[in-house]
Amino acid sequence: MSTEITTDVVVIGAGPCGLFAAFELGLLDLKCHFIDILDRPGGQCAELYPEKPIYDIPGFPVVTGQQLTDNLMAQIAPFSPEFHFNRMVNSIEKQADGSFKLATDADEIFNCKVVVIAAGGGSFQPKRPPVENIEAFENKSVFYSVRKMDDFRGQDLVIVGGGDSALDWTLNLQPIVRSLTLVHRRAVFKAAPASVNKMQELVGEGKINFLTGQIAKLDGEDGQINHVHLTTDAGDLSVPATRLLPFFGLTMKLGPVADWGLELNDNTIVVDTEKFQTSVPGIFAIGDINSYPGKLKLILSGFHEAALMAQAAKAIVAPGERVVFQYTTSSTKLQKKLGVA
Amino acid sequence: MIIHVTDQAGENHALEGLEGWRVMEVIRDWGLNIKAECGGALSCATCHVYVDAEWMDVVGAPSDEEEDRLDSVGDVKANSRLSCQILMSDALDGLKVTLAASAAKD
Repeated sequence: MSTEITTDVVVIGAGPCGLFAAFELGLLDLKCHFIDILDRPGGQCAELYPEKPIYDIPGFPVVTGQQLTDNLMAQIAPFSPEFHFNRMVNSIEKQADGSFKLATDADEIFNCKVVVIAAGGGSFQPKRPPVENIEAFENKSVFYSVRKMDDFRGQDLVIVGGGDSALDWTLNLQPIVRSLTLVHRRAVFKAAPASVNKMQELVGEGKINFLTGQIAKLDGEDGQINHVHLTTDAGDLSVPATRLLPFFGLTMKLGPVADWGLELNDNTIVVDTEKFQTSVPGIFAIGDINSYPGKLKLILSGFHEAALMAQAAKAIVAPGERVVFQYTTSSTKLQKKLGVA
Repeated sequence: MIIHVTDQAGENHALEGLEGWRVMEVIRDWGLNIKAECGGALSCATCHVYVDAEWMDVVGAPSDEEEDRLDSVGDVKANSRLSCQILMSDALDGLKVTLAASAAKD
């Protein structure tokens, strides 16, 4: 049975703009739950550039993506937002009473009055190598992650990549597969040195093959591969294979957002600039995922959008309630919410 | 200054660029099919181009960090570069590059 959660606001995406939205919503007493496909908060700041310096956050001459994320998490802590990681929202349905029902791929239902889409460039999904027809084999014999190790037992496996995922799964799956070939474009690995050493030992013992090259083509039928063709420095090669695991990291895809009936413009969600509301009342979009005349994809723009969105969200959750605009500097009420007064 | 870009469909485009712009920014600004999802932070590899043979010496080789990022695409060649790491200058007036399949938007 699905888990059911009822809250004021569901924020889709726990990147910097989504996180700051929890602050603005919290000041207005709105409770929020986050849903994010990654396994931690921060969005692009955490996944793409945790260590890269950012120079255009007001008040911070320099801050890294990870520091900004950590600071935002500390800033919103007084409001105890709840986080649901490693899942994706599949559908949003508007109910007769104007509220929303969201379903995730983790078999949960969220009931809420307001939805805030703060999904940046979309959801992070495995990068598909540019190989013709690869889609036909996906989830049948080509996988981008290992959900059940048993799916690989007794198989002829080809793993492609030179990072930790490729190396870790090479080491973990080697004992149960029939054969394993690791393919990487060069003999330099960006993985834990201990894993690289262990992999090289297995190669030395003849337990796995390592080839420097790239996938050129897949052979097979009905979703089942039988050969992986490689281009290597030593010429073209064909390796018999029944399973392929490419590990090329993550890339952002718009994903299910495209199916939610919202007005889109070039893979972004069209919003107004008063409330940052989408074409569906009650669904808002802030940060990189929205577009409006003059839009700049800056974190600071998303912060501003979050503040205005929160005012409009309050009017939906508590219709008719008079909201007095207050400053955290001077309002004892707000300071109590923040736990400082 | 002008750069010549061949897109994934094989079409050629002569694009005007400005001194100090990254080649990625020029390509993106002209609306060609380039994802460039990290915006030039050398954190992805979705602005991948192949540099024309005659320009290889002028453009130079990728840095170690750029090589690491190139590990995340499956269509690397000897003339692969990330276009966010190539800065426009007089020396690059007339540069020819081809957009890689892995740089395409979805």
